[in-house]
Amino acid sequence: MATSTPKALAGEERPSPSPKSGGQGTGRSRRSALLHRLDVKGAPYTFVAPFFVIFAAFSFYPLVYTSWISLHRVELATLDSMTWLGLDNYIALWNDSRFWNALQNTITIGIISTVPQLLMALGLAHLLNYKMRNSLFFRVASLVPYATSVGAAALVFTMLFERDFGMINWGLGLVGLGPVDWEANKWPAQLAISTIVIWRWTGYNALLYLAGMQAIPAERYEAASIDGASRWKQFTHVTVPGIRSTIVFTIVLSTIGATQLFGEPLIFGQGPNGVTGGADNQYQTLGLLLYEEGWNNYQMGRAAAIAWAMFLLLVLVFVVQRMIARLRSRTS
Amino acid sequence: MTTESLAVRTDTPVRTPIGKTRRGGRRLLRQGAGRQHHAGPLAYVLLAVMAILSIFPLYWTMVAASTDNTRVSQTPPPFLPGPNLFSNLARAWDEAAMGKAMINSLIVAGVIALSTVLFATLAGFAFAKLRFKGRNALLMLVIGTMLVPPQLGVVPLFMMMSELGWSQQLPAVIFPTLVSAVGVFFMRQYLSEALPDELVEAGRVDGAHSLRIFWSIVLPIARPAMAVLFMITFVQAWNDFFWPFVVLDMSNPTVPVALTQLSAGYVRDQSLIMAGALLGTLPLLAMFIVFGRQIVGGIMAGAVKG
Repeated sequence: MATSTPKALAGEERPSPSPKSGGQGTGRSRRSALLHRLDVKGAPYTFVAPFFVIFAAFSFYPLVYTSWISLHRVELATLDSMTWLGLDNYIALWNDSRFWNALQNTITIGIISTVPQLLMALGLAHLLNYKMRNSLFFRVASLVPYATSVGAAALVFTMLFERDFGMINWGLGLVGLGPVDWEANKWPAQLAISTIVIWRWTGYNALLYLAGMQAIPAERYEAASIDGASRWKQFTHVTVPGIRSTIVFTIVLSTIGATQLFGEPLIFGQGPNGVTGGADNQYQTLGLLLYEEGWNNYQMGRAAAIAWAMFLLLVLVFVVQRMIARLRSRTS
Repeated sequence: MTTESLAVRTDTPVRTPIGKTRRGGRRLLRQGAGRQHHAGPLAYVLLAVMAILSIFPLYWTMVAASTDNTRVSQTPPPFLPGPNLFSNLARAWDEAAMGKAMINSLIVAGVIALSTVLFATLAGFAFAKLRFKGRNALLMLVIGTMLVPPQLGVVPLFMMMSELGWSQQLPAVIFPTLVSAVGVFFMRQYLSEALPDELVEAGRVDGAHSLRIFWSIVLPIARPAMAVLFMITFVQAWNDFFWPFVVLDMSNPTVPVALTQLSAGYVRDQSLIMAGALLGTLPLLAMFIVFGRQIVGGIMAGAVKG
């Protein structure tokens, strides 16, 4: 972080009358000098306070309180009566096959939605980085899905993936493939849900990459082409390393998003009744299971335990990712 | 995360990401750097395919919303609009309580966007231009909070809201999202570049207190970035699903929550569902058509670079 704030802002330079100067206005000047000092010292804190106060009340406190709730039996109907359970919620979760199923689904859907999404975004950003006419049109067009709500996007894709009259099965029929029952089978359903995620977020990530690419100094490309690097070599050796921190940032963001996947599988499972994630829970995610335990089965303590499991999953992913990164930098 | 990549030459007139030309300023988006080969035909073809893939589902929403249920379920599916668009929109409007949902979403997204912009500009200004003890630590805290997924606190948040008597009410949706760490970071980045230190200094010398400096010096300069942050936050708040779905019910929904109602019935009227989806998306699409350039520029300016 840059620390380029000039000294003048601390307020010392202000021509304030010295307290010893005497005369009529002294009392007032002294008071105004005091006020000024107070203002300079206090204003920054006042300016950042709203953010921290609201964040603490509605984000940080609930996050911490989640762990306390997860150690209790709390029912939706009687929220104010909490019975101490210790680790029972976690033990029950550990022994619940639905939890392992949801965990597995979250991971697989997370992988098949995040990996292609970020790779496609990288390619799209590369294309958008060319000098061309209509570049603004293509940028806006690739961002249009981002403006669509989960609700609307999931509804449309559910229809496109419909078994009997959906456009995708119709298209498969045209090329001689049989229809797929996208909703009833595990992998097709997960693939369909991933498609919604990929559709909504690829353009957004591409713009983040594009911003990073435009900050790469042109000299690096010149040097690379003098060294005889092909365009592909330039892409892998200049462009991708040049936007490394953007890539890490998008991986973090999409991992967080994937862990909490909720709206897409819910609506793909046909509305509010879709919390089970299909007849065999074949695409129930941790987000859906959390909702089912808390708001369908009224077990808020269990739901809180699932929230913690989600958090642990995130931490685990990041630790593994760091380890891989460290190993790779050691081997190369 | 470095800021170096944001700082560039200061000699030429440059364009800020917001699309305004300033002389002697520093720009956030550099047109000169990066690879700037001219696009060949293949690039155009690939981009055209991407554009079609991006837009087609929305186009088809409109097609499906303008036919009737039997036509939608035929093979081959319809590709051209039918005659029933307005009657379906009217039906969706009634059956999904879309009028109420739209007003709710407008209030929720409007209030959240306004307060996010205000508090982000205040904090962003302090982080960019004011000196105070613990500034760097607090800024790291802001960045750290970006990585905390908000949904993890959803159970206690729900309990808090019922204790406050806000269940099924808009404040329950509004309050938890009144501020955004991303917004603070975005405004800080923008103001570090766009607001010359000398201006703040001059204000101090003239004896202006901090709030006055904020009001008459910072706000006018921050306005373009504030507009972008407003739009981005508005889009996100309008589309937010999980928390509104948990805390609101069908008697008082936001648009995304109301849309789930459409697909919940026993008889699924696809044209009706698509009409609802179209209704829920139209306001944002209109915003994108008008402000597309600014939104694109804003997202790129807020990106982590280098």
